Amino acid sequence: MNPNIEAIVMPKWGLSMSEGKLTGWLKQVGAKVAMGDEILEVETDKIVNVLEASATGTLRRVVGEIGVIYPVKTLLGVVANDDVPDAEIDAFVANYATPVSDEGEGAVEAAPRYEFIETPYGRLRYAKRGEGDNAIILIHGFGGDLDNWLFNIETLAGAGTVYALDLPGHGQSDKRIAEPSIDWLASSVVAFMDAIGVKSAHLIGHSMGGAIAMRAALDQPSRVKSLTLIASAGLGQEINIDYLQGFAAAGSRKELKPLLEQLFNDPSLVNRQLLDDVLKYKRIDGVETALRGLADGLFHGGWQSAVFAEEVKASKIPALVIWGEADRIIPSAHAASLGPNAKSEVLADAGHMVQMEKANRVNELLLGQVKS
Amino acid sequence: MTRKISYKTAINEALDQEMTRDPSVILLGEDIVGGAGAPGEADAWGGVLGVTKGLYAKHGDRLLDTPLSESAYVGAAIGAAACGMRPVAELMFIDFMGVCFDQIFNQAAKFRYMFGGKAKTPVVIRTMVGAGFRAAAQHSQMLTPIFTHIPGLKVICPSNAYDAKGLLIQSIRDDDPVIFCEHKNLYGSECAVPTESYTIPFGEANIVREGKDVTIVSYGLTVHRALDAAESLARKDRIEAEVIDLRTLSPIDWDTVMESVEKTGRLVVVDEAHPRCSLACDIAAYAAQHVFEALKAAPQMVTAPHTPTPFSPSLEDIYIPSADAIVAAVGKTIARVKAA
Repeated sequence: MNPNIEAIVMPKWGLSMSEGKLTGWLKQVGAKVAMGDEILEVETDKIVNVLEASATGTLRRVVGEIGVIYPVKTLLGVVANDDVPDAEIDAFVANYATPVSDEGEGAVEAAPRYEFIETPYGRLRYAKRGEGDNAIILIHGFGGDLDNWLFNIETLAGAGTVYALDLPGHGQSDKRIAEPSIDWLASSVVAFMDAIGVKSAHLIGHSMGGAIAMRAALDQPSRVKSLTLIASAGLGQEINIDYLQGFAAAGSRKELKPLLEQLFNDPSLVNRQLLDDVLKYKRIDGVETALRGLADGLFHGGWQSAVFAEEVKASKIPALVIWGEADRIIPSAHAASLGPNAKSEVLADAGHMVQMEKANRVNELLLGQVKS
Repeated sequence: MTRKISYKTAINEALDQEMTRDPSVILLGEDIVGGAGAPGEADAWGGVLGVTKGLYAKHGDRLLDTPLSESAYVGAAIGAAACGMRPVAELMFIDFMGVCFDQIFNQAAKFRYMFGGKAKTPVVIRTMVGAGFRAAAQHSQMLTPIFTHIPGLKVICPSNAYDAKGLLIQSIRDDDPVIFCEHKNLYGSECAVPTESYTIPFGEANIVREGKDVTIVSYGLTVHRALDAAESLARKDRIEAEVIDLRTLSPIDWDTVMESVEKTGRLVVVDEAHPRCSLACDIAAYAAQHVFEALKAAPQMVTAPHTPTPFSPSLEDIYIPSADAIVAAVGKTIARVKAA
């Protein structure tokens, strides 16, 4: 096989993705593409995202048709230099066989994609990818779940063993939150590390998960190798309390949609499936109580009650801060809270869910942080 | 990945979880006791199609096997509800409901009203509906419109296992009488269902497929026929149909249906009931009255014919609205536009 021919395939974003719909080509046949250029758009059952080119050359063939749903790793197009003969490209397309996925086709249904573990904080669900001693733990935010990392988890698996958990009260973990505080949630993450046998890890937290990561690092500094705080709580007092209370109270698709749209710079990313998934979660017994408890306990009176910026600054824990410039939940000005010693990057054209909206850049930053 | 279970298992799980949660939930019905490990004569089938199998072993005498008298045990369930229990009565086939009309229409549905709001009647009557089971004219009817006609009754008809569990739990927790219609040909259909308890609010339709060209409204088994039709329309005719599953027939989610019709300008209603005075008529009439200006064509109804359900298998198969019939009805709404 000619190493100068690069296949563009249907990406696999997260554990649950088995297929995606090609919704648009952003480059035409014959166009020059450089590595990192946005090349096509894919709609998954969660969200729409762009696929970036992984090679530099000319877009020589477009195989995937717009509007068609393809399994993960199906050939959608071919990038190669102009000096590669057409015949070789055609042979490449003709001979391309979609590789069997990591788990093996038959194993996909049989093997659990998610695991559960008993902890003193209830039964927690988590996803595990990758291998090796370098442990990385992903902690989602208020009302979120481990699927918030669907564009990040596979990439991070290249740097070690990645665990994404559902916090108590969230996703498919037990819904009981004994004490709605960052302290309690941070203890639940440490208990999770105990249960899965991880001594120390890089903690990556989004939003409320960032505050939890900081608290865990301050309480147990020997167990935290680094902190990455994405659109994080705990770095300043301001927070959009209307969003939090609205999210806790919303009982229908109509109420939920305008709220979820506030999470993104591009509100059209909130599709029906994303709404349905959140609504299904919200309708489980105990979820509303858990969320209302958290909104009141953590953000009483409309302000963040737990701010750890000074403590983290004083500690020697390496920290990276990432924010979306257009964040409407927690202002991006908080990105500077850790001062000049922490690396901080604010990404344009991204909202609160910056790790989804700008997944490629966020993944680069995350890899830089956890590979060291 | 959430595990997948069948519609029948989802109903069993909803009953089990609510009986565990709330000691006032009891089950009454014919042959509902039995199954999994129950001793002696209790080791029975668990309902005519095994929906309550295994529950007797867990909940014991809170399952009551009744005499073969629907009027007696449906009346008993309604009376128990008025006295503070949350009974779930299983009345095998909706076709047998006729012998308890007084208990349902004139008592259960009226208590709250007649007693000035002081009485509530949190009873659920579970019953099988629909044709395609080779069970002939007295065991195959879709009698939903008879019940949606009565103020004071709530009428539910889920099309999949996820909705069946969430709507049944909601029905048990609801303080009004609920007629819970289970399509017997969906019992084996599977989908992802959370292990935990959850509820789906009444009066919320589900848009099961989004589209811009025509609105297809249905409930129960025919939701799946509508989806087949939409698939075929997209593939062969490049028509994008929006498919709405009503889920709850009373109360009904007019907003979702009418907003969709205002968007697409075309309406096809699919109802397994007979055409006269049906949900299909109701929705077509409502659209004609309220969003007439938005309509680009006359609303179309796809229903069973105004005949008893045939026993002949080949006739029964064409009796139930088919995907082809739905495609043809959509064709009538689009053809009008072309002619204009």
